[in-house]
Amino acid sequence: MTRKKRRLYMLGLALLGLGSATALALTAFQDNIVFFYSPSQLQTQQVGDRNFRLGGLVEEGSVQKQPDGVTTAFRVTDTAHTVDVRYRGQLPDLFREGQGVVAEGRMTGGVFVAREVLAKHDENYMPPEVSEALKQAGVYKNPAESATKTAKKE
Amino acid sequence: MIPELGHYALVLALFVALVQSVPPLVGAATRNGAWMNVAVPAAIAQMLLVLLSYAALTWAHVVSDFSVLNVVQNSHSAKPMLYKVSGVWGNHEGSMMLWIVMLTIFGAAVALFGRNLPPTLKARVLAVQGLIGVGFLLFILITSNPFIRVIPAPIDGNDLNPLLQDPGLAFHPPFLYAGYVGFSMAFSFAVAALIEGRVDPAWARWVRPWTLAAWSTLTMGIAMGSWWAYYELGWGGWWYWDPVENASFMPWLAGTALLHSAIVVEKRDALKSWTILLAIVTFSLSLMGTFLVRSGILTSVHAFAVDPKRGIFILVLLAIATGGSLLLYSLRAPTLKAGGLFAPISREGALVLNNLLLSTATATVFIGTLYPLFLDILKLGKVSVGAPFFNATFVPVAIPMVIAMVVGPYLSWKRADLGAALTRLWVAGVAVVAAVAVTAYVKAGSGPLLALVGIGLAAWAFVGSLVEFADRIALFRTSFKNSWNRAVHLPRSAWGMTIAHASIGLSILGMTGTSAWQTESITAMRPGDRASVAGYEFQFDGVGLVDGPNFKAERGTFTVTKDGQRIATLEPERRSYSTTRMTTTESAIHTTVFSDLYVALGDPTQNGTAWIVRIYHHPLVPWIWIGGVGMMLGGLVSLTDRRFRIGAPERRRAAGKTGGKSAPLPAE
Repeated sequence: MTRKKRRLYMLGLALLGLGSATALALTAFQDNIVFFYSPSQLQTQQVGDRNFRLGGLVEEGSVQKQPDGVTTAFRVTDTAHTVDVRYRGQLPDLFREGQGVVAEGRMTGGVFVAREVLAKHDENYMPPEVSEALKQAGVYKNPAESATKTAKKE
Repeated sequence: MIPELGHYALVLALFVALVQSVPPLVGAATRNGAWMNVAVPAAIAQMLLVLLSYAALTWAHVVSDFSVLNVVQNSHSAKPMLYKVSGVWGNHEGSMMLWIVMLTIFGAAVALFGRNLPPTLKARVLAVQGLIGVGFLLFILITSNPFIRVIPAPIDGNDLNPLLQDPGLAFHPPFLYAGYVGFSMAFSFAVAALIEGRVDPAWARWVRPWTLAAWSTLTMGIAMGSWWAYYELGWGGWWYWDPVENASFMPWLAGTALLHSAIVVEKRDALKSWTILLAIVTFSLSLMGTFLVRSGILTSVHAFAVDPKRGIFILVLLAIATGGSLLLYSLRAPTLKAGGLFAPISREGALVLNNLLLSTATATVFIGTLYPLFLDILKLGKVSVGAPFFNATFVPVAIPMVIAMVVGPYLSWKRADLGAALTRLWVAGVAVVAAVAVTAYVKAGSGPLLALVGIGLAAWAFVGSLVEFADRIALFRTSFKNSWNRAVHLPRSAWGMTIAHASIGLSILGMTGTSAWQTESITAMRPGDRASVAGYEFQFDGVGLVDGPNFKAERGTFTVTKDGQRIATLEPERRSYSTTRMTTTESAIHTTVFSDLYVALGDPTQNGTAWIVRIYHHPLVPWIWIGGVGMMLGGLVSLTDRRFRIGAPERRRAAGKTGGKSAPLPAE
C-alpha cells in the first residue's frame, strides 16, 4: 500500500468515526435532553409529558411529609410564581426551606412529580440555573454574602 | 510566621519556575550547554520550594492556626487529624496547591531520572513544565492565595464541609491530581519534540512510562471517586455522567488512546504526528476538567460554591496552553517524517481502530458535557444532558472497542491474518455463549436485553485476554514447566496488558450487574419492622445516639438474615455536625463477592416514631472497583518493564528488540 493511499484510508476512517459520533450525538439529543424551567417560565411553557428540571427556592413553610412517611410535598418558588412538587424518597441532606433546589421529573395533573431531587455539596452552592432564575425574578442574593451574614449572627 | 514562610516560598517558586523555562529554551536554541543545564537544579529547587510551601499550609491546618483564613474556613479544632491533613486539599486553594505539588514532583523526576535524555530534549521538556508551573503559581498567588491572614483571629474555625469528612477525601484527590498532572509530562514531551522537529522510537520510549504512570493513577483516582459517589447517598451512584465525572473521564479516554498510539511510535515509528496531537489533547482535557470543576459553570451533583473569576483565569491558561501548542503543532507537524507502512489488518491497524474508537468516545462525552454550555451562551435555553444521552452515544462506541481489544493482541505487526486470530479465540467465544446462556436462564428475562450484551462482553474481555496470555506461554501445548518458564520471562508489559484488559472485563461485569438487576426499597420503618429486598430480610432493631469528635449521630441497627441465617448487622448513621449545622447520611454496606447490601437511614417521620429507610441490593457491584484496581495494577506492572528502566534506547535498538508487545507470538 502506498503512503498516499494509506493516508486516504486513515482520513476516511477518522471521518467515519467523527461522522458516527456526530450522528449518534444528534439522534441522542432528540430524546435525551432535559430542559430547565423556573416556575415563572412554566406559566408560559408547554411542557407536555416530557421530563424536565425545575429549579428555584423551596418555599418557607411549604414542606409537608405525607402520611405514608416517605413522600414529601413542597412548593418551589422564584417568588413570582410557585409550583407544587411531590417527591417520594429520601431528600438530600442539604434540602431545606428557603434554600435553592433543582428537581427532575414531569408534570402530572398540575403537580410536579419529582423523580430525583439533586443534592448539593455545601450550603453556599447554588446551581447556576437557579441563581439565574432568581436573578430574572429580581430576588437573587449572593449566597456567599448571605452566608457570611449568618455566620456573623452567631 | 510559618504561613508567611510558605507564602514566600511560593513566590520564590514562581521565579525559579521562570528560570526553569526561559534560559533553557534559549540555551537549547543556541546550543548553549550551561543555559540548558539551568533547568535541572531549577526543577529540583522549584519542587523543594513548593513542598516547603505546602508543608507550611499543612502545618497551619494541623496546629489549627485560626489566624489563617483558609484554616478558619475549612477546619475546626475538634476535627479528626486525618481530616486536618487531608482537609488541606479539601478546599479550592489547597487543591490547587496539591496540583502544583504534583506538577513539580513530576518535573523534578525528569530532572533526576532523565539522565539519558538528549540534552536539548531534556532542557525543553523541563522548560515547558516550568511554563505550566508559572501559569499555575500565578493562578494561586493572584486568585487563590491560601496564606491570607485574618485579624483578629477567630477562636475556632467553620469546620470542613461534613460531606468531605470521609476517608475518600484522603485518597481520591491525590490520585486524581497525580493523573491529571501526570499527563502534563506527555504534553511537555510533545511540545519539546515539536520544537526539536524530531519524533522517533526513542522519544516514544521516554514518553510511555510517564503516560503509563499518569494513566494508572488517574484510573485509580476515578475508581475511588466512583466508589465514594456510590456509598455517599445523593451523589448519583457509581457513575452519574455528571459534568464533573466526565471532566475526569475525558482525559482518561484520550490518555488511554495515547498510551496505545505511543506503542506504535515506539515499535514501528508510525503514527507520530497523531501521537503528538493526542498528548496535547489529553493534557488540554485535563486542564479543561480543572476549569469545569473550578469555575462551577455547569450544574453538577459534585459542585461546590466557587468564585467565577477563578474560572476565567483557568480559561485563559487553557487557551494559552492549548492554543499555543496547537499552533506549534500546525507549524511543525507536517515536517515530521512518516514512518513504517502497514496493512489495515495488522497490529498497527488494530491500534489505529482503538484510537479511532477512543477518540470518538471522547468526542461524544465532550459534546454531551459541553452542549448545555453552548446552548446557554447562545441563549437557546437551559438544558441538562444526563445518563440517557451518554448511554445512547457512549455505549455503541464502547462495545466494538471491547470486542476489538481482545482480537488486537493476536494480530502481528505490518500485516496479519484476522481469520487465524479469531480461530484461536474459540475458547473465548464458547465462554461468551455460556455466560449469556447461564445469565438468560438464571435471570429468566428480567433486566434489559443490553444486560445480556454486557455479560457477553465481560466474558469476552476477561476470557479472551487470558486465552491470549495462555497462548503466549503455550499453555497445554508444551509441558507445564516450560509454560511457567515462558510466563516468567515474558516482558512485564505483556503481563500488564493482560491484567489491564482482563480487568476491563471484570468492571463491565460489575457495571452490567448493578445497572440491570439492582433492587431498592424505600419505606418508613418503626423499630421492630422488617423489610424484604432481593431475598434478604432486614430487621430494624432501633436507633441509638452516638457522639463523634465533631458530630452527634443517630445510629440505626439492622439485622440482615437470609433463609433464617444471620448474614450481617448494618449500622447506618445520620450525623449532625454542630459547627456547620449540616446533616450527613452515612450508609452502611455489607459486601460479598457477588453483591452489596446497602442501607441508609433517612429523616424521622413527622411524629418521630419511624424513620425513612432506603435499602438497596446491588448485584455484582464490587467488581466495578476490583476491575478498576486491576487496570491500575496492569499499568503499574507494565511500568516495571525492563526497557523503561534500562536507558540508552539507541544502543538497545542496535542490539535487537526484545521488549514488550512486539514479542513474537509463540510458534504454532
